[in-house]
Amino acid sequence: MQKVIGRPTGLTELPFHYCPGCTHGIIHRLIGEVMAELGIIENTIGVAPVGCAGFSLDFFACDFVGAAHGRAQAVATGIKRSLPDKLVFTYQGDGDIAAIGTSHAIHVAARGEKITSIMVNNAVFGMTGGQMAPTTLPGMKTTTSPYGRDCAVFGQPIDLPKTVATLSGAVYVAAGSVDTPKNILQTKKYLKKAFQVQQMGLGFSFVSILSTCPTNWALSPVDSLKWLQDNMIPVYELGELKVAEEVKAL
Amino acid sequence: MSRELLKGNEAIAEAAIRSGCRLFFGYPITPSTEIVEYLSKHMPKAGGTVLQGEDEIASINMCYGAAATGARVMTASSSPGYSLKQEGLSYLAAVELPVVVVNINRSGPGLGGLGPSQADYFQCTKGGGHGDYRVIVLAPSKGQEMYDYTMLAFDLADKWRTPVVILSDGYLGQMMEPIELKERPAAELPPKTWAITGAGSRGKKQNLASYTLTNEIGEAENLRWQAKFEKMRQAEQRWETFHTEDAEYIIVGYGSCGRIGKSAVLNARKKGLKVGLIRPITLWPFPVKAFENMKNVKGILTVELNAGQMIEDVKLAVNCQAPVHLCNRMGGIMPSENEVLRKLVQVFNLAVEV
Repeated sequence: MQKVIGRPTGLTELPFHYCPGCTHGIIHRLIGEVMAELGIIENTIGVAPVGCAGFSLDFFACDFVGAAHGRAQAVATGIKRSLPDKLVFTYQGDGDIAAIGTSHAIHVAARGEKITSIMVNNAVFGMTGGQMAPTTLPGMKTTTSPYGRDCAVFGQPIDLPKTVATLSGAVYVAAGSVDTPKNILQTKKYLKKAFQVQQMGLGFSFVSILSTCPTNWALSPVDSLKWLQDNMIPVYELGELKVAEEVKAL
Repeated sequence: MSRELLKGNEAIAEAAIRSGCRLFFGYPITPSTEIVEYLSKHMPKAGGTVLQGEDEIASINMCYGAAATGARVMTASSSPGYSLKQEGLSYLAAVELPVVVVNINRSGPGLGGLGPSQADYFQCTKGGGHGDYRVIVLAPSKGQEMYDYTMLAFDLADKWRTPVVILSDGYLGQMMEPIELKERPAAELPPKTWAITGAGSRGKKQNLASYTLTNEIGEAENLRWQAKFEKMRQAEQRWETFHTEDAEYIIVGYGSCGRIGKSAVLNARKKGLKVGLIRPITLWPFPVKAFENMKNVKGILTVELNAGQMIEDVKLAVNCQAPVHLCNRMGGIMPSENEVLRKLVQVFNLAVEV
């Protein structure tokens, strides 16, 4: 019998440890497929964050380095400056990149560091049990905003891809979601283009992806997808937020 | 071999280039800034890269990334900036990455001042960041040693897969002295098979990380690290002795204080006092072996630019063979050689006019 579908070669055979309904697995698969299709698995180095994806280094078939919380982009900078011919990407949650790691998110974009960063935005700190993140929506209840995020106290959520898009070294910035098959396929296109931008050495590429956290949102996997659609998509604009002139030719 | 008049900081920078270091990540802070300035000028000519990070945290983590690829890499800072690097140093120690980290100590706590200080002794020698780890700490006492120990630091870092700290101060960093620009020593170093260079370079994927949720693995890792630290402790103790053969009193000082201590010893000898000096070169591992035989020693005086930090290691090493006292200044002030001698005469009740 012929095997018609399986794990992409960009992933290892290790089963994911993520909670039921979590969309990290989908995003891992998309990256695995993109690496396989571009033929770059052997030539790519990933940098893992601290958070739910802290063990992601075992799931990808490429080389991986584990970074301190928020420091993945600084670590990736060091790798890329040492090995400019390799493809280097960071895989980070919204807490990792948009809270403790914000300074690096700004400066890799400003420098036009030739790396790719992928932000998985589920609006909470997932690994530590669902605390408020910079991306937590107004009024959203978390364990550290038990009465709902009060914007008079905590301010409005940060839309990191839009902030990064203002910096000249960021040449490709896209915001995707994995809530529907259509959005999943669209997100894969963004990821592929982000890696191609890096292959061409054009500058910094950034893909933000809306993701679910059924465990910490206290919703079923299906309700989580609906919640994402009803609440996150209206706040975080989807699409290619910035495509620099040199990238349009791709 | 050429000789050049260089600041201590510039000697460190030149030695780094001649040690094969081609990547430097740093952030300016007085009194270490000449290191990043000198390298920014000269590293590109050697085909290397200097990247000024957005802060010290970025810089140490860039070092982590570059070191993970097997490259020789360095960063430099001064006390408040060195504090910011501590989390990164802990990760470097855990993942066992060779990086050379320079701390041109300024006085603290807080923003402190720029004068010579050794107030970071504890932070540098006891780990500094979170978790049980140690890193090799080298303490030069003159410009030539700023150069020589930097070359040694890169070799020790590669030999032991560890961060190595060069701990100095603004006095040594800023002072100009003639430096012999020696060539890199031919050390035999282990191949970096652990380096992250892409799965294609070895035919299978490889990770570098320090995370486990299995306590048994956590314990096994800690036992492995401690065994390595013990080997380093045995193999890498370094110190200089000066007139210790017949000494009844011993001055212990590192860095600038080692230098002052030598003058104090010479002045003491002129007055008929049998005084010698032990100058620790490695602050970790502390040169315990230098204090093994103290049976003819009547007293020991540590000279430090802090509230008395190294004195704890000296007391542990001396193990009650002789009384140990402290001569110290703080906040950027150094004692004169006669101040050291007066303290020695005073604490050990010696009948000598100084």
